Amino acid sequence: MKFDIIITISLKEGMLNPEAEAIRRAIAHLGHTTEHLTTADQFRFVLDAGDKENAEEITRSICERLLANPVIHKYEIEVI
Amino acid sequence: MRTAVIQFGGSNCDRDVVHVIEEVCGADADLVWYKDGLNRSYDAIILPGGFSYGDYLRAGAIAARTPIMGDVIRAAGKGTLVLGICNGAQIAAESGLIPGVFTINAYPKFLCRPAYLRVENTTSPFTRLYSEGEVVMFPIAHKEGRYIIPADELARLEKEKRIAFRFCDESGNVTWTANPNGATGNITGVLSEKENVLVMMPHPERAAEEILGSADGKKIFDSMIAYVEES
Repeated sequence: MKFDIIITISLKEGMLNPEAEAIRRAIAHLGHTTEHLTTADQFRFVLDAGDKENAEEITRSICERLLANPVIHKYEIEVI
Repeated sequence: MRTAVIQFGGSNCDRDVVHVIEEVCGADADLVWYKDGLNRSYDAIILPGGFSYGDYLRAGAIAARTPIMGDVIRAAGKGTLVLGICNGAQIAAESGLIPGVFTINAYPKFLCRPAYLRVENTTSPFTRLYSEGEVVMFPIAHKEGRYIIPADELARLEKEKRIAFRFCDESGNVTWTANPNGATGNITGVLSEKENVLVMMPHPERAAEEILGSADGKKIFDSMIAYVEES
């Protein structure tokens, strides 16, 4: 079975995010004030797996072994 | 000392490292293309600086998953010396050879300038020719060099004296203003549990000859050679 996978990787709470801070300042230059601005990377792909549970398991493995670094990142996955 | 210098697509300090090992220190170095794997045993393996895989995903993340890194991890497990410099340090950290990770500098721009370092460990195969507290000057050239490590693992590193270098000022004071990238505890050189792996963001190969403004880095390579000749 084929599944659509969406993975979102972001920094754990409390991690310094210099990119988000630079973007927050740029938005301020547009005249808007923002709070709690964060950034994230999104990965989408189609995965062939036995069932939804298997697809989730494979996706978690891909996150933990490559896409996220557990020292600094958290990840969310969506299997459709 | 027989050394393998691993070339990934995007490595750019590989030939500098070979030059220092062969021409400055008088040891042997082979350039090894990552697809060729490690086909013989070496006394030391060096992961040089550069921009492997264009720093895609995270600096070092993709090179860390290439098959040759399996060879490097196995060799490190048997006691072979492994030195990761700059992008090589990022690759080694992503491979799990040391704990922690190097990520985007606190002020997120590429830094290319000399930096003072305080030598914190003088017992490892890489640092035995330095004296404790010695201040050295190596160039840094990175955008993703801020070392991050969870507090419990940091405590372990400190207890086991596995921090090799910290950023400091000219007089050796480890201060926040002397920390160019925001690294935890000013740390920029970390040893593995058995001290046979050293990863560091600064470039010792760019500070190995007086004509370059500093020869402080030569002692790292000379320490490795002395260690290999003794063992």
